[in-house]
Amino acid sequence: MTMKAAFLEVYRGFMSLLTGMRITLGQCFKPIITVQYPRQTLKMAPRFRGHIELVLDPETGKSLCTACKLCERACPSDCIAVDGAKLDGQKTKSVTEYKLNFTTCSLCGSCIEACPFDAIQFSKDYNKVSFSRDTFSHMDLVKRLEERRKIWAQQRPAAPPAEMPMPGPAPASTPQTQEQKPS
Amino acid sequence: MSAIQEILLGPGWPWVRLLLYLVGICAFVGANAAYLVLAERKGAGRIQRRPGPNESGYAGWLQPVADGIKLLAKQVMVPPGTDGFLYRLAPLMVMAPPLICLTVIPYGENLVARNINVGLLMVFSLGSINVMALMLGGWASRNKFAVISSARIVSQNVAYEIPMLLVVITLLMVTGTMNLNEIVQHQAGWFWHWNFFKVWVNPLMPVTFVIFFICMLAETNRAPFDMAEAESELVAGAFTEYGGMGFGVFFMAEYANIVVGCSLATILFFGGWQSPVVILSGPIWGPLWFLAKMYALVLTVIWIRWTFPRTQFYNLLNLSWKILIPVSLVTLLLTGAMMKLPLLLHHLF
Amino acid sequence: MLNLGPQHPAAHGVLRVLMTMDGEWITKAEPVIGYIHRMHEKMGENRTWAQFLPNTSRIDYLSAMHYTHAFVGAVERAAKIEVPARAEYVRVITSELNRISSHLVWWGAMLLDLGGFTPILYAFEDREKILDLLEGLCGARLTYCYYRFGGLCNDVDDEFLNGTRTFVKEMRPRLGMYRNLVTDNIILRKRLTGVGPISAELCRKYGATGPVIRGSGVPYDVRTVEPYSVYPKFDFKIPIYQEGDSMARYLVRMDEMEQSLRIIEQALDNLPAGPFMGKVPRVLKLPPGDTCYAVEAARGRFMVRIVSDGKDTPYRLKLRTPSFCNLSLYEEASRGMILPDALAMLGSLDLVIPDIDR
Repeated sequence: MTMKAAFLEVYRGFMSLLTGMRITLGQCFKPIITVQYPRQTLKMAPRFRGHIELVLDPETGKSLCTACKLCERACPSDCIAVDGAKLDGQKTKSVTEYKLNFTTCSLCGSCIEACPFDAIQFSKDYNKVSFSRDTFSHMDLVKRLEERRKIWAQQRPAAPPAEMPMPGPAPASTPQTQEQKPS
Repeated sequence: MSAIQEILLGPGWPWVRLLLYLVGICAFVGANAAYLVLAERKGAGRIQRRPGPNESGYAGWLQPVADGIKLLAKQVMVPPGTDGFLYRLAPLMVMAPPLICLTVIPYGENLVARNINVGLLMVFSLGSINVMALMLGGWASRNKFAVISSARIVSQNVAYEIPMLLVVITLLMVTGTMNLNEIVQHQAGWFWHWNFFKVWVNPLMPVTFVIFFICMLAETNRAPFDMAEAESELVAGAFTEYGGMGFGVFFMAEYANIVVGCSLATILFFGGWQSPVVILSGPIWGPLWFLAKMYALVLTVIWIRWTFPRTQFYNLLNLSWKILIPVSLVTLLLTGAMMKLPLLLHHLF
Repeated sequence: MLNLGPQHPAAHGVLRVLMTMDGEWITKAEPVIGYIHRMHEKMGENRTWAQFLPNTSRIDYLSAMHYTHAFVGAVERAAKIEVPARAEYVRVITSELNRISSHLVWWGAMLLDLGGFTPILYAFEDREKILDLLEGLCGARLTYCYYRFGGLCNDVDDEFLNGTRTFVKEMRPRLGMYRNLVTDNIILRKRLTGVGPISAELCRKYGATGPVIRGSGVPYDVRTVEPYSVYPKFDFKIPIYQEGDSMARYLVRMDEMEQSLRIIEQALDNLPAGPFMGKVPRVLKLPPGDTCYAVEAARGRFMVRIVSDGKDTPYRLKLRTPSFCNLSLYEEASRGMILPDALAMLGSLDLVIPDIDR
């Protein structure tokens, strides 16, 4: 390498180091971009995929689910166990048990697309915690709907209390069995 | 107040003065080691646009306390099969040189523990002991990879001592004395009297400073020259077998070395405790200016670490042998020529 | 005998490399894979065509959209389902966004390997913008399950389109900043130039594709060699570098990010209106036979081969992943190299271990 080329290489190399240092110094004075969770939280996008939940019908305060089990069949991971019973005076079944095994759910959305009544949706929960595994492996969606219904009922005191059917016999398939069902 | 002034500045009470200095230096090194770690993590955070430690204490100021408690609470274990004496000796030998070097560094006009006439020489000879101590640490661990790693540290340090000494010789020609306090006193006045700006004596003075800075980074095994310690990602680094406070001492020694190196750089190039404007000087302003300049250099060292990736080992050595040594030789010759130029011209005309 | 064990500090994934060393030099480096084998191909045999969609994202989670595209494209090709133009354009936009985000992860992780701790955080800042865009679009940040047979799961809205335009505008100066900070940096250049040379013959011998083969001078990119979707309508260059060392592969990926931005811009400008889903039968049964569909994923050529026997689950689902072939040349290429150089080369191959093990 000629002398001049060697000098130029050293000089350019050194200048590149100074440019790099200038960039990081510039970054030093910009605002921080991390969110200090849990003191600050982020708002989730409207389409964010949390675990699924039953939709509360704003008119009647009941679930739209008729326990047709299409979601159960559509799920690739066998997470869902649904059961329902027909109440007196109603044409379709109402859901009595809806157990979700969230430990195997992959949030693919097949159940939501399969449902013909739009009875399930993604929730916006991203920070559920618990001390026991049961909270997630046997997530009781009916119970969670009931809690939301109570809040809904408080906001509309004039509405008649909706009649939730009593839990019937245990559902036919539990979420824990991992047998591969040929569809 | 006057009693303290008499002790510090007067001729009597030499042993009390020495004791006060030693305690002060140990406290200074301890506080530095602790809070420089915090400064590094916070500086890294700001460069990476995140806050850095901010949970313990207000804005993270108790983080070093938490780290210290954690290190102290670990079991001090001497692994079987290692050379017990050398294993325990290595952290002590690593910590001793920076502490001793700090006794000759003038923090203010009269604030120097021992104003030795060969202060500069002493600092550099102690730097070599540092290398030996690191080698001992790796060797005593009886770990194949620790030995390879310490061998690398030694070759890196030896390679970078040479340009550093050439640079220092250049400066000695400019200043004419090895007494650190006198070197600072020669740079009195406005900031253009500092050695960094004396381009009529050495036209490549800023380049000399850059070489000194790079060598200082390499001597203290700081990024981007930290092949030896960061190898612990893959191969064991030199300090794997040290746990708890043993490791803590190596860490503290690294920061103490950085402090010594930056103090030396401020004394040699930036006027030590001299103020850049003549007005704000005095017995209180002196140490403040010194600390300000030193910490500016320490922050630059931290800044450099978080900006660049690591150099490869042979590139590191190439840089020293093929680039830094020729350039420092050139500056040496140039300085010599420039100093003798007036005489030569006088003889010619 | 050194074991670069399956547990690493933050790089590579669960890859184990058994290295036989001679001091500092590697005499033999044997990769041991299988630590994350999840049997995706077997799962494919037990699920219906639609039930396999979540799996596709998880094979290589960093460029999940490409893998879903390949599977969906294979099924559409076999069942002769027509995809509306709008859906194809959106598929291209999301795929290219995913390519950029995958390259950003590669860039940050490789520099982390080399000891530069800051650029990964800058890369992740940009990646956050992409992930937020895709989260607003389909609800997931990493394992999107966005494409369906015949189109998309839901339509794009203005927020996504405007957001993508803003992102493209902001990303170009950022790429310039990355060039100034890292690519032109003398330390990085010395670290990567001449390190890990891979010749074109070696690539061909082991079937390595993607930036590995393009960094060795061969102009092989599935988007130009076997065009799929609406890629022929876009005007973009394939970056090729002749040297074959780690620096060449690095530059190929940086240039690819720039080209992806170009493609996204053109797609946004020409996005047609219309339906986002084609006509698909309710229960999908493919005619017997086998079909292949290849895609240029972020790491190379990803191909899906489905063998159907007329039922509603596949008979056999074969996934040809790029990282498997890219890794297989490592043993031959790393002979005689010094250890840190071998690691730099491993970083430049851009391996994602779940992609190797499926």
